[in-house]
Amino acid sequence: MVEGQLSIEEYETGNTKHKWDYKKLKLAHRVVFEYNYKKGKVQAGYTNRTLYINLTTNEIKEKKVTEEMKEKFTGGRGFGLKLLWDSIKHTTRWNSDENELVITTGPLCGTTQYPGSGKSLCLTVSPSTDIICDSNVGGFFGPYLKFAGFDALEIQGKAKYDVVIVIDGEKGKVIIETAPLEETNTHHLNEQLTKMYASEDTDKSRQKVSVISSGKGAENSYWGCLNFSFYDIRRKVPRIKQAGRGGLGSVLRDKKIKAIVTKVEKVSGISNNPADPITLAKIGTKLHREVRDLDRYQCNMRAVGTAHLVEIMDEYDLLPTENYRFGNFPKASKIYSPEFYKHFTKIIPDGCWHGCTMACSKTVDGFTVMTGPYKGQKVTVDGPEYETVACGANMSIWDPLWILEFNFYCDTYGLDTISTGTAIAFYMEMYEYGILNKERCNNLELCFGNSEAVLELIHRIARGDDGEFINVASKGIRRVKNWLIKNGWGEPNIIEDCGMESKGLEYSEYVTKESLAMQGGYGLTLKGPQHDEAWLIFMDMVNNAIPTFKDKAEALHYFPMWRTWFGLNGLCKLPWNDIEPANNAETDDPTKVPEHVQNYVDYQKAMTGKKITKEDLILQSERCYNWQRAMNVWMGRGRRKDDWIPYRSMGPVTEMEYLSRKDRYDKYLAEKIGLFEKEIEKMNINEKMKLLYNFRQDQYQKLADAVYFRRGWTPNGVPTPQKMKQLGMNDHIMLKFLQDVIDKDDKAGLNVWGGKYRKGEEPPSIQPKYWEKW
Amino acid sequence: MSIEVNSKVVDWVENETVKDLLKRMRYTFPLVVVKINDKVVPRKDFSEVKIPDNSKVAVIHMISGG
Repeated sequence: MVEGQLSIEEYETGNTKHKWDYKKLKLAHRVVFEYNYKKGKVQAGYTNRTLYINLTTNEIKEKKVTEEMKEKFTGGRGFGLKLLWDSIKHTTRWNSDENELVITTGPLCGTTQYPGSGKSLCLTVSPSTDIICDSNVGGFFGPYLKFAGFDALEIQGKAKYDVVIVIDGEKGKVIIETAPLEETNTHHLNEQLTKMYASEDTDKSRQKVSVISSGKGAENSYWGCLNFSFYDIRRKVPRIKQAGRGGLGSVLRDKKIKAIVTKVEKVSGISNNPADPITLAKIGTKLHREVRDLDRYQCNMRAVGTAHLVEIMDEYDLLPTENYRFGNFPKASKIYSPEFYKHFTKIIPDGCWHGCTMACSKTVDGFTVMTGPYKGQKVTVDGPEYETVACGANMSIWDPLWILEFNFYCDTYGLDTISTGTAIAFYMEMYEYGILNKERCNNLELCFGNSEAVLELIHRIARGDDGEFINVASKGIRRVKNWLIKNGWGEPNIIEDCGMESKGLEYSEYVTKESLAMQGGYGLTLKGPQHDEAWLIFMDMVNNAIPTFKDKAEALHYFPMWRTWFGLNGLCKLPWNDIEPANNAETDDPTKVPEHVQNYVDYQKAMTGKKITKEDLILQSERCYNWQRAMNVWMGRGRRKDDWIPYRSMGPVTEMEYLSRKDRYDKYLAEKIGLFEKEIEKMNINEKMKLLYNFRQDQYQKLADAVYFRRGWTPNGVPTPQKMKQLGMNDHIMLKFLQDVIDKDDKAGLNVWGGKYRKGEEPPSIQPKYWEKW
Repeated sequence: MSIEVNSKVVDWVENETVKDLLKRMRYTFPLVVVKINDKVVPRKDFSEVKIPDNSKVAVIHMISGG
């Protein structure tokens, strides 16, 4: 033990220690169906098979992973897209019987030598967006699924009763059994199942079990997340990470799955059986040292996790407050990371997968719950991460303890903190304008800062309260917008402009008004406004490094390709550019962290044994990225109209917002629109706002033009068959479908650029159907 | 008497160090690369190196976040 360190016995982690009647719980189980499989070995990162379970027909089978599937879809999210394409229809919706919940790994997932190598990718048709949503998550499940024998798990159909799916990698057995008596909410259910399915009553044995669960909130909303457990041997508690976005937990509960359990015989440094373990160890060791030596001077992730961003975002006017009206707030210092550092348990390492030196999964142990059904219990709160803290800011709640309570209940109820927080912030703004009121909100006073009302709303969602508002509110901003407009409450324009959703998914927690590239980073995306495709605010707004539409479009090509690549391989994004080598500044393009890019080339090469270049990695991503967009089109979305974003993400919707940054906007009118100072002085605020509104809407359309062109899509946002062929994606059904869509768009006059180009400006190509010249 | 910081013109301040400039610009993000007239300033020298008049300063904020 290091000098000055406390032994674990001296730490009061203060977790709930229940005494469950395991005999009774287990006796109530009934095996519905089961399947024995031959245990295999991972070879160069792949098991070369996936597991298919149908809960309606009680079928279980293995599917072979072919070399062609690996070549075109790589793994992880790519495999998920391939499996969904083979199984769902274009009309499939989130609660259709044929909808699938797919959990995937990726060839690098489960590596213990390189930090951040334990990510799973989860995919389904989302209740929020009606298209495929992918969400990445840490925890032990993904690596264990692979070491139990499968590169991916595909679940179709619905069970009649609540079931637990057990993938027993020790015995080579898959069992689906009813589980009527276990809790549904995660923090209890995880305790029960981790102990129940461990082979022995020891911590080491419990560490070999991982559970996917959700909660009562997921059952009654479109915000359901999946909680992936990792048993913390030091704290003696199953901790969790979330696949938060898009309602995956709602799909889990709709299928009547209470939990999915996987267990393994053993985990070692060579469980992935890499082709070149020596090189792998070498690059891993180099990064471990870098994180150990430099993190404290850079992002300080090891101490406070992503919460370090709160004070930075506040300083740069990017922290969303009062439903993204503002980017900073006088009270914000109350929720800066040092306020959470006080509560985090120190010294115990916080990696969500073995061997991650970044260790950013911070935890508050011994937190006493203040409200709701678990009031008075002492629990472990996993987090809060930046996004969850920023939700507090967005609802104008500046109390760290309240944020911990919000964090805990969202997690255990299986609610995505981001969608929950962003949506409630919108409801609060509507309340402020009188569009919502106490009566319309089922007796809740949902004004900004009313922390009690927020928790009450969450508890009522979890209880399945049948109030009209509770019912609609739990389905998210898009449904509430429709409900308000249908009832004639408020001006439709204000409602549409203020509600921060796109494609039906709520925004994550960054103010984008002054960064056009980041507006694209939210809007010109596959699944909706989540920052895991591109985070370009600094590069655009602060560095001024991508001034032209072409520059921005290039960034909106390059960076999403990297983020996609992590999802294909089962990697965390953070070790890419939240830590940088000491000499990074001296490289040609420090923002791309060239040394880390080379690491990834060497890493995949060392794992798979294949000859790979940096360009090959981009190609792997581009194939899957375009395939997913093509699937969006196939499902009736994926066009320019679907990449619409609310005006609140582009500029000031209200006079108050304009006036709060008057100098900035007046200067913008002069510098970007070319007005003279005297002209600006003569204009009233409404005239100025209207001018800004029209200009910024047009800027976004021009950005979309440039991005679609860079990506090889039509002016209406459809991937062209020519582009797909270039990438080697030759599925003739998809190619024919895309051509038919393009022909229909052509007849409807939709294959035209969206920006209004003035004299001296040009669209990305004079020929809108530029791809026909390829 | 001015300098350019990330392509924006700002006043030049005599004897201002890189560290002072970052403070003045409220650039609190820790993961930055600073170049003066295309020459990298090592992080350890931020408190020592002074910004010359008419110089072009690039404060490159790295991409970060979840």
